[in-house]
Amino acid sequence: METYKLTVNGQTKQVTADPGTPLLWVLREELKMTGTKYGCGISACGACTVHLGGMATRSCVVPVSLVGNRPIVTIEAMAADPVGRVVQDAWVTQDVVQCGYCQSGQIMSAVALLKYNRKPTDKDIEESMGGNLCRCGTYVRIREAIKVASQQLK
Amino acid sequence: MNKLHSFSRTLLIILLASAVCSLLALAGPLRRDAAQKPKSPAPTKEEGLAAWQQVYSVLTHPRCINCHTATNYPQQGDDRHRHFANVVRGPANNGVAALRCATCHQDANADSTGVPGAHGWHLAPLSMRWQDTNDKIFSSPEVCNALTDRSKNNHLDGPGILKHHTSEALVLWAFHPGRNIDGTMRTLPPLTHQQFVEATRKWVDAGTPCPQNP
Amino acid sequence: MTAIHSANTVSLSRRSFLRVSTNAAAGLLVSLYLDFPLFAQEGAKPPAKVYPPDAFVHIKPDGKILITVNRLEFGQGVQTSLPMVLADELDADWSQVIADLAPAADVYKDPVFGIQMVGGSGSIAHSFQQYRELGARVRAMLVAAAADQWKVAPDQCHTEASVVHGPGGKSATYAQLAEAAAKQPVPAKVQLKDPSQFRFIGKKVRRLDSRPKCDGSQKFGLDLDLPGMKIAVVAHPPVFGARIKSVDDKSARELPGVDVFEIQLVKGTGVAVVADKFWTAKQARDRLKIDWDLASVDHADSSRLLTQYKDLARTTGNIATSRGDQKALDAIPDANRIVAEYEFPYLAHTPMEPLNTTIRFDGDRAEAWVPSQFQTMDQIAIAQVLGLKPDQVTFHTEYAGGGFGRRAVIDSHVQREAAAIAKRLRGTPVKLVWTREDDVQGGYYRPMFVHRVEIGIGQDGMPVAWRHVIVGQSLVAGTPFAPMMIKNGVDATAVEGAADAPYSIANFQVTAHHPTPNVPVLWWRSVGHTHTAFVMETLMDELAARANADPIAYRRKLLKPDAAKARRALDLMDEKSASWRNSLPKGHAFGVACHECFGTAVACAADVSIEDQRPRIHRVTVAVDPGLAVNPLTIEAQFQAGVAFGLTQLVPRGAITLKDGRVEQRNFDGYAPPYIADSPVAVDVHIVPSTEAPTGCGEPPVPVISPAVVNALAKLTGKHYRTLPLVAL
Repeated sequence: METYKLTVNGQTKQVTADPGTPLLWVLREELKMTGTKYGCGISACGACTVHLGGMATRSCVVPVSLVGNRPIVTIEAMAADPVGRVVQDAWVTQDVVQCGYCQSGQIMSAVALLKYNRKPTDKDIEESMGGNLCRCGTYVRIREAIKVASQQLK
Repeated sequence: MNKLHSFSRTLLIILLASAVCSLLALAGPLRRDAAQKPKSPAPTKEEGLAAWQQVYSVLTHPRCINCHTATNYPQQGDDRHRHFANVVRGPANNGVAALRCATCHQDANADSTGVPGAHGWHLAPLSMRWQDTNDKIFSSPEVCNALTDRSKNNHLDGPGILKHHTSEALVLWAFHPGRNIDGTMRTLPPLTHQQFVEATRKWVDAGTPCPQNP
Repeated sequence: MTAIHSANTVSLSRRSFLRVSTNAAAGLLVSLYLDFPLFAQEGAKPPAKVYPPDAFVHIKPDGKILITVNRLEFGQGVQTSLPMVLADELDADWSQVIADLAPAADVYKDPVFGIQMVGGSGSIAHSFQQYRELGARVRAMLVAAAADQWKVAPDQCHTEASVVHGPGGKSATYAQLAEAAAKQPVPAKVQLKDPSQFRFIGKKVRRLDSRPKCDGSQKFGLDLDLPGMKIAVVAHPPVFGARIKSVDDKSARELPGVDVFEIQLVKGTGVAVVADKFWTAKQARDRLKIDWDLASVDHADSSRLLTQYKDLARTTGNIATSRGDQKALDAIPDANRIVAEYEFPYLAHTPMEPLNTTIRFDGDRAEAWVPSQFQTMDQIAIAQVLGLKPDQVTFHTEYAGGGFGRRAVIDSHVQREAAAIAKRLRGTPVKLVWTREDDVQGGYYRPMFVHRVEIGIGQDGMPVAWRHVIVGQSLVAGTPFAPMMIKNGVDATAVEGAADAPYSIANFQVTAHHPTPNVPVLWWRSVGHTHTAFVMETLMDELAARANADPIAYRRKLLKPDAAKARRALDLMDEKSASWRNSLPKGHAFGVACHECFGTAVACAADVSIEDQRPRIHRVTVAVDPGLAVNPLTIEAQFQAGVAFGLTQLVPRGAITLKDGRVEQRNFDGYAPPYIADSPVAVDVHIVPSTEAPTGCGEPPVPVISPAVVNALAKLTGKHYRTLPLVAL
């Protein structure tokens, strides 16, 4: 077991964990932040997406030992993020969610996309959101919500 | 099949080991003044071409060629299948805005989760593809010509290629590729890194000769 | 209007009733009311029931109105739609309405099925009338309380937005009246609104659960955290039903706080690993060395099954339906016949939230937290394992991250595992987590199917003889559901959508074989219609093409006169897609399909091209007749997303295969459902205006899309696609 100092949503947290423990489980079980979801554990579904050092990252495959001093931002901080809030609002007005389980990850990916590219094309959306699985299949409304958010962020 | 594979690999390694032994004997005196011009005669073209074949055997191993694709995506595994989860190349060969290579691949191998990693994980540019869009691996002359074409290889001359093979993080990774998700170790290229560097050096010293198209 | 009021009667007339024992040993009887149109029995009506309003409505002092939903919310939107129905009759202020999911209790049983469950797309269809009456009763009680207070007659009062208004400008809020209203008698008879007075029903109302699902605050079953809770994972047999010979757990036990013990599974045995944290438990499981007794169980193998199924398909099975002269086909020359053989693989549900169940066993009681589609069954199962009565198990329905049938399992195998572990950990809550690998490899799949269809075509290009053999496992053989759902040796869920196809074909026969390989199977969103609609609707296009007919006109001509809903859906789809169908870019083609299931008719048209050797779906137009559309926004969203779910059948890695008893896929790398790029770019949904009783919308989106896409592909390539998934075009 090792002790790590992590910066999560602007706050410093100290956790003790096996170095191989994925960041996902540190967030969920050590820090009790369950907005970040376990879907596959092999980075094939995107439900665990967080921002690590500003980059959309699959927390289920990143061992806590490799996080270093990069800041971690999770879905729980999106309401206070200028882009995050707009994306969440677009998700609500477009009635995107169904079961909702994948949507934390979808939103984290969408925010990462819009922070980099305020005017994504259909192809940009498809490629950036390409690894986020939604079993309900809400993709059509995800596309619409990203476009609505993009308009709002003009 | 697997047995045969490992047998032929063992055989290759033994052959290479003996080749490298003689190479090391030769390289010993050279290394003392490696930065200066070698005093002993440069390897012959034939020796250079033989060294190139060794280099080629590494470049076309899945650990290397999986990221030297001609397609819009990388490959994975020893069967070189398409990378899962719709990973794409992107304009700078490192993915797209919300789906970067580094979305999963960190600065080091993540052995507990089976994701390989090294600093600056990315695809080789299309100019450095070593296979066609149907995943057919280019021939030795084709790869050699591409690798030595400074309009395609990021303007590297021979010593530049040697440096790339000696110290580039992703090249080094190929020789320490880490664990798969199932706990098994990823297979290694047919040479050790040291053998690979020495073979590259010999080929470079011989003037980076390329074999003729058959 | 009348139709809506008589909704209950309509569905009652098709109701069958069954009383079964779920487990003879425990002697527990469960009343099951199952509604399967194929075996409709007239006249068996359970007594009308007055539901206690206090179990469903809680008006809080701050004006908030909490409505309890007797269903699992797992995406279908019922947590919004049923409160809409109740709030409408209640005349509630919608901005004050909140909703929660009901725990397991008799009062929350499905009024038609008789157990607490979600299935058969029945949430709205079965509870529409119930929730209307509940709302009307509460409203009547609030009005009575106000009238008492003001000493006026109730009919001098009216209600609006959570306020009762009386004569002379008197008014009182529901919150002010709640306490007095609770003392009023529950009226046996209530006047329901005329539909013209609906405020919410029929309007596009946004979901109540969006915000918490967008900010990470919504807790799903897997998010549950209790003081002192342990996490368990189970090593399951690599071949279904195998038992353990020996376990070497030395290395596993070296990890901190790990306990390892053998447990009984529904079939075979497994090794439970318990730790404080998930990652520790998973690592410990990876370290187990288990010697399994694999010799004593059957090793199913997909390719061997395929050969066996194809052989069976050449023989007549048990008769599901037969009309006309079965020899008629033999008289038709080969040149006028189609012989088509279809292959469908096993499919996993893979809901995004992996399966889980949390239980604390306290000796004489237990408490369970389960994302469950089958509360009654799961509660009974947990009680049985723990040696309790069901009412000694407090059962919380947790929000679920999808399900698609996977959380409605007759044998409650996940809950039984969790209970076996909880029993051992007496006093300590334990959360059983199925990893994604457990889920993909753990069975309970949509069964593998082979269809063989021989069609004789008449001089007019229309089918005159149809001989159809369906081969695949029964979903319910050997379960308490069997007597209800298996008739003449035919499992209704294997032939639905074919045996009851809405097309007029004079000589028509559907028969079925149900082999019994060692693979657990389960209903998968839209059940039999997943494969029957594909077969029927691709053959309809093939027939239309041979007749040089427009595929829509051909279907219209062949639809039975009484297939009113299907006809309306087809007509609306035709109208709404005509402009784009007639102006397709080069390299595009459109495909159509039409199918009715769970009382809802759907027609769809898909604009498809081929990119990178895959179907690229540019646009889909869907027309649906679901009777009265309670929440058109939810219906639109269900159909837009449900067609993407339906494409699970077409994506190249949309198959579970077995080799020598072992499942070959492990996770979303090997079994990959549709991602955004596999799904339609745009889906426009059109609802047939209707005042008929509402029917389900959870499953009907699924069956139509695959045949529509494949019908378009067939136009582009000239090939028939009869083997799923589509690995090559």
